[in-house]
Amino acid sequence: METLTPILAAAVRSGTPILYATLGEILMEKSGITNLGLEGIMLMGALSGFVVTLSTGSPWLGLLFAFLLGGCLGLLHAFLCVSLGSNQVVCGLAMTMFGSGASALMGRNHIGVAISGLHSFPLPGLAELPVLGRVFFNQDAMVYLSFALVVVLYVYLNFTRPGMNLRAIGDNPKAADAMGLPVARLRYFYCIVGSGLVALGGGYMSVVYNKFWAEGMVAGRGWIAVAMVIFALWNPFQAALGAYLFGGVEAFQLRLQTAGTPIPAPLLMMLPYAMTILVLLIIAVGKGRSILLRAPAALGIPFHREERD
Amino acid sequence: MRLKIEKRLVPSAWLKVTVPVCSVLMAFAIGSLFLYFQGVSPLKAYTVMASSAFGSAYDLSETIVKALPLAMVSLATMSCFTMLLWNIGAEGQALMGALAAAAAVRYFPMENPFAMLGLMALFAMLLGGLWSGFAGVLKARWNVNEIISTLMLNYIAIRGLEYFVYGPWRDPASLGFPMTKPFIDSARLPTLWGTRIHLGLYVVLFLTLLMWFLLRRSRWGYEIQVIGSNARAAHYAGMNYERSVVLVMFFSGAIAGLAGMCEVSGLEGRLQAGFTAEYGYTAIIVAWLSHLNPLVSLLVAFLMGALMAGGDALQIMMGLPVATSTILQGLILFFVLGGEFFYKYKISWDGGR
Amino acid sequence: MQGEARTTPLVEMRGITKLFSGVTANDDVDFSVKAGEVHALLGENGAGKSTLMNVLYGLYAPEKGQIFIKGTQRVFRSPKDAIAAGIGMVHQHFMLVQTQTVWENMILGLEGTGFFLPRRKIQDRIAEISEHYGLQIDPSAFVWQLSTGEQQRVAILQMLYRNAEVLILDEPTAVLTPQEAGYLFKTMRRMKEEGHGIVFITHKMHEVMNETSRVTVLRKGRNAGTVMTNETTPEALAEMMMGEKVPIDLFKSPLQPGPELLEVENISVLNDRGLPAVEGLSFCLRPHEILGVAGIAGNGQRELCEAVVGLRAVTEGKIYLQEEDMTHASPRAFIDRGVHYVPSDRKQVGMAADLDVNVNSVLRSYWQAPFSRHGVIDWSSCEEHSRNIIDNYHVSVPSGRTPVRNLSGGNLQKLLLGRELSRDLRVLIAMHPTWGLDIAATRYVREQILCAREQGCAILLVSEDLDELMAMSDRLAVIFKGQFMGVLAEPSAVSFEKIGLMMAGSRASEVLKEEECCHEA
Repeated sequence: METLTPILAAAVRSGTPILYATLGEILMEKSGITNLGLEGIMLMGALSGFVVTLSTGSPWLGLLFAFLLGGCLGLLHAFLCVSLGSNQVVCGLAMTMFGSGASALMGRNHIGVAISGLHSFPLPGLAELPVLGRVFFNQDAMVYLSFALVVVLYVYLNFTRPGMNLRAIGDNPKAADAMGLPVARLRYFYCIVGSGLVALGGGYMSVVYNKFWAEGMVAGRGWIAVAMVIFALWNPFQAALGAYLFGGVEAFQLRLQTAGTPIPAPLLMMLPYAMTILVLLIIAVGKGRSILLRAPAALGIPFHREERD
Repeated sequence: MRLKIEKRLVPSAWLKVTVPVCSVLMAFAIGSLFLYFQGVSPLKAYTVMASSAFGSAYDLSETIVKALPLAMVSLATMSCFTMLLWNIGAEGQALMGALAAAAAVRYFPMENPFAMLGLMALFAMLLGGLWSGFAGVLKARWNVNEIISTLMLNYIAIRGLEYFVYGPWRDPASLGFPMTKPFIDSARLPTLWGTRIHLGLYVVLFLTLLMWFLLRRSRWGYEIQVIGSNARAAHYAGMNYERSVVLVMFFSGAIAGLAGMCEVSGLEGRLQAGFTAEYGYTAIIVAWLSHLNPLVSLLVAFLMGALMAGGDALQIMMGLPVATSTILQGLILFFVLGGEFFYKYKISWDGGR
Repeated sequence: MQGEARTTPLVEMRGITKLFSGVTANDDVDFSVKAGEVHALLGENGAGKSTLMNVLYGLYAPEKGQIFIKGTQRVFRSPKDAIAAGIGMVHQHFMLVQTQTVWENMILGLEGTGFFLPRRKIQDRIAEISEHYGLQIDPSAFVWQLSTGEQQRVAILQMLYRNAEVLILDEPTAVLTPQEAGYLFKTMRRMKEEGHGIVFITHKMHEVMNETSRVTVLRKGRNAGTVMTNETTPEALAEMMMGEKVPIDLFKSPLQPGPELLEVENISVLNDRGLPAVEGLSFCLRPHEILGVAGIAGNGQRELCEAVVGLRAVTEGKIYLQEEDMTHASPRAFIDRGVHYVPSDRKQVGMAADLDVNVNSVLRSYWQAPFSRHGVIDWSSCEEHSRNIIDNYHVSVPSGRTPVRNLSGGNLQKLLLGRELSRDLRVLIAMHPTWGLDIAATRYVREQILCAREQGCAILLVSEDLDELMAMSDRLAVIFKGQFMGVLAEPSAVSFEKIGLMMAGSRASEVLKEEECCHEA
């Protein structure tokens, strides 16, 4: 246990950016919008969070700015996919390209600069718990915020009126529209908030986790988050589980590498990706008949009221 | 007065041309704003890009060198996209093709260039095809989302390649660089006209025609079109969706694999980490921008190649990141996506009361 | 009644005009609903009934016209406005979220009842309303678990929950058994007594006569007249619907059926959900003969048709085509042997609507010569083929390069029928071939089917239009829950009422007199 707790604590920390991005994508997908541009949005969030932290000295302002910038990118995605009915897959790819290019260009002068960022903040009382305290409550405030977010999102989706409406516009926008819900406006809203959360995940990478900026530092986590949403079956708690699992593999493999294991690093680094495919397969094979486990029925399909077949 | 949006019954033909052209222009305009606010003169940057892409015969040849893999991979993805299969794993499939080609050189070296290159191509197409076909099987049999599976396979391919070039296949004389020994001469695609343009050019031209024929003239292409348009109608017409998915995925992966082989055999002459420079993703844009038309994709790939050559020049001559040119790629795609709306819908002011 | 007529109507629509991409769906229509009346909206498929009501419900914005609610003019920008004005609509395809529970659907889109969901309060209210109107439902059930009839109840409750004063029911009985329809009528009467105004869309004449107080008939998007129900007759209404008296006066030559061609023995088939849809059905098709299949929608008709043309797996039983065992044959094997199929979903199943007419004209024969040889499509012969269909079947279309999406319903069906009839034809399976077509196209399609019969084709005709079945069938089977309740050798000798009873699940032996009964399935 003694050797494991630091790894587990590291798992939570390195899983946190993925968790934010996954929660953001869950919000978007629940409303019926696929956003494959997470990688680009996270990079933009990472850069903007870093730059604002660097210039103001406040990591919180940096994170806030990351969130806002992500919201703007979400607005762009919503404009193309909701108002213009563009292909959501291709739009996401464009977002990824744009985000990685723009962050590389604008961040070129910030490489190699360090910030003090956000420090860990043991929660009094809880942090002393055996194992659990070390793993979950000896972290930074953004990790605690993500815990809260998981619970809040879960309650929001399942027990509140707006959450129910959100599920409705993703499952049957036609019915939601006929019942008087402003489908397009709601999709805009969730696209903006969701993308904001995604960018917050990116901001966590640069402001809290690494405390520096590097070109392409998100390194595929955005794509993993896309996969995580399916792994989690759009459930925030399962999203947390998935994110920490991936964080764990990452942390574990770092330790193994430094310990000089016989298993070559590249093979270990394949694990998370192979695991995603495996999980997708297990879910797909064992899905059974319940339609409650399926993706939102209208996911990826633009909605226009007066379109007739 | 209010805005009135109507579906076009007949898609406008000239918008098909003007939308992409305007998209490119607007992307460059927005891109120049980015550069300007970054303290870079857009005029200078674009001049550098243009001159390094088209400035001299040598520059032109280098642009073509960059365009070759783009063209080939975009051809690979085209069959999938026509069928609405979102195979975004061409990157990984190309990597696996290169890996297989390198394995052929390492374990079955032959003096005869025809035999050697033939074997390399065979290996590359087979492994690339299997890599993609695997995702196809998952899709066909269990309806596993192909976007995610092909994407994950990309990352696995990257790590797999790294394993070999960092580990068992590393050239002891490479001073620690992650690369294999240079290929034997029989394993190199001949270059043309004293430039770095290699025989892959002919392969691309041949594949373009083949792809055009397959998609527009063959029975298989007919099936792909119908399945992509309406899977239920395809079933009604007695087509086998599952088999077609696996087949198309395999085929597309095989071409991507061949592209990877051409790249290592024609250009690099050895296998090394990160040689694809994310051609796999850029090629998706090429396929989309050319409206899934193989003939058009040749032109689009050339222009994209120019953009990438320009990106390299920005790094060398102005110290900007290579990724700068991907901003332009992203922007072009955004504008084309937005422009397609005008292609499908007609907007007018309604003069009603 | 007389006194009420003078009070302000709950709803008044004046001069409503609605276009879809230039095609007129409603043309200068006036329509009104009063409190305490059931107002029937009658018309053929495609006459513009649903469009008019969707305009009233705020889903479609009309090009012209005004809507008055209790005398005040209102403009509905979305259903939200209409709901707020007391308008409720139960669509043909219920607007329910399948993955949510009944009680969640009840408050979908409703505002002002707090952030958290007051589940108990909602369920109490549902219980109250459902008891009042006799609409029994389990509020905690998921919608996808409910039967069609139950889902309809939820959809009606949804509107009552919103205090709808005007309730629009879009062909509510099309998906119900006669018994379920009976319950629905009871509920409608109850709502009428409460002072609701009800718009009842249908094309079934007897329902109009029995259940409504006023009728408005739409014909080709125009109001063909509004009359009091007790002052009119079914014949007069039919005339208003059709414009002229068009009895089905098809010439059907008396023909001697040939030897058995397609034999179906005890087949069982599953539906998309994996539940039994057809159970132990047997019949045969013979040349020069039409076997009609009557039944309420969703009793296994589609699954039966698909099984007989190889599109759906047969779990039990056998299918023979001229002694050849075709039970597990591919769809292509059926087509190659001259078995053709006209599906009911023309645009969703029968055509690849984004592709052009040329492509679609060979959709079910592209692998055969001369359309393709050695894996290569010969586009010039495909074009020739499509031109032949266009000419021979009078399809009105600018060119073979026009996407099928742009064809009108009638032309689409002509194209589809032409495609299926123009190749080597031995067996034709046709499902709802005249659905949604105008009078001329309907007549044309029926004539073509009879013509195929003349030429020696064996035909299975599935329809919901009993008049059509009576006029065209040589024998008539009645299907209920995937089984034949009986096969009538002399359909015209049996009354509609008795066939209706069979459609509701009575066996022929229970319903028919000795001399009418031919043989039971």
